[in-house]
Amino acid sequence: MVRLITHNLLACHVKGCTSNNFPLKFQDVQIELQEADFNPDMITNLLPRLEWGALVDAARLVGDTSLPPEQPEMMDDDLLRKLHHVLLEIHVVEGVMICPNCSHSYPISNGIPNMLLAEHEIG
Amino acid sequence: MIPTPDLSHLSDDDKLNVYDPAEDTFLLLDGLEKDAEQLKDQQPLICLEIGSGSGCVSAFLGSILGPANALYLCTDINERASICTLATGRQNRIPLNSITCDLSRPLLTRLRHSVDVIIFNPPYVPTDHHEASHSQDAAGIAGSWAGGLDGMEVTNRFLDIVGELLSACGKFYLVALAQNNIPDIRQRMQEKFDLDSEIVIQRRVRREHLHIVRFSRRPSKV
Repeated sequence: MVRLITHNLLACHVKGCTSNNFPLKFQDVQIELQEADFNPDMITNLLPRLEWGALVDAARLVGDTSLPPEQPEMMDDDLLRKLHHVLLEIHVVEGVMICPNCSHSYPISNGIPNMLLAEHEIG
Repeated sequence: MIPTPDLSHLSDDDKLNVYDPAEDTFLLLDGLEKDAEQLKDQQPLICLEIGSGSGCVSAFLGSILGPANALYLCTDINERASICTLATGRQNRIPLNSITCDLSRPLLTRLRHSVDVIIFNPPYVPTDHHEASHSQDAAGIAGSWAGGLDGMEVTNRFLDIVGELLSACGKFYLVALAQNNIPDIRQRMQEKFDLDSEIVIQRRVRREHLHIVRFSRRPSKV
């Protein structure tokens, strides 16, 4: 299941596609919600690793508007829980991720993103 | 003793297409278990397994560290393996995040110096180059063992970039055979990437002399 945390870590890696290759844009997604145990420390520790804007955009695309557009200075418990939900409990089961730079299309099926490239795309 | 992950959900067909845990897998589990206290003390946040296969090893790591205490990323070139990994995660209640890809390519941009535990049980069997290359292209079960020259062709590609992924206190666990020339691997990683290493555990199994090598940065450098 492609969680939004995973999506927040995936970039296009087609040969020569080295700028504006993140985030990949979701298209035609089917999602499922699945609960996950909340660990506020882990969510807090993940903060520096996140691209907040990309996360908010991805969340909005799948119908979740709970996160503020800018990463807040302080995260209270309520916001940590919302972040936990967005990062770990929204699963993209089917769909496509498209590179904003080169338009390469990476499919998601059965909750797994296929990031394999053809030989000429690897270089 | 941490129990081996439950793999009862894997079908016979799964085992034909995805590497069924064997002595090398179990040695890796033993090595991780030996390091369990050290790993827990490290409090890793992001864990990455390259070539997760059945998902057995990442599920085991998850039971050492705790399902909600880290992000578990798993890659495999074989889509069937990615599916098995997800299923093994579910079966063992460890949230595993599977990505079908070659090594770690789509993660390199975002995970620079960010991964705290990296695990790779590579295709380490010495074969001819064409067998290794073809097996990777086919992305089937042979890709899980055919290693080309000295059994190092796939491993070397990953060794070239593992330093990019490893965090300051990160640990990288590699399964290797004596035939892979382990002293040479260790020396190269030291000279090129400033990574110290230690043999965590080793075992002779039939014709294979298997080792689990742990690499880490020397404390003062990033």
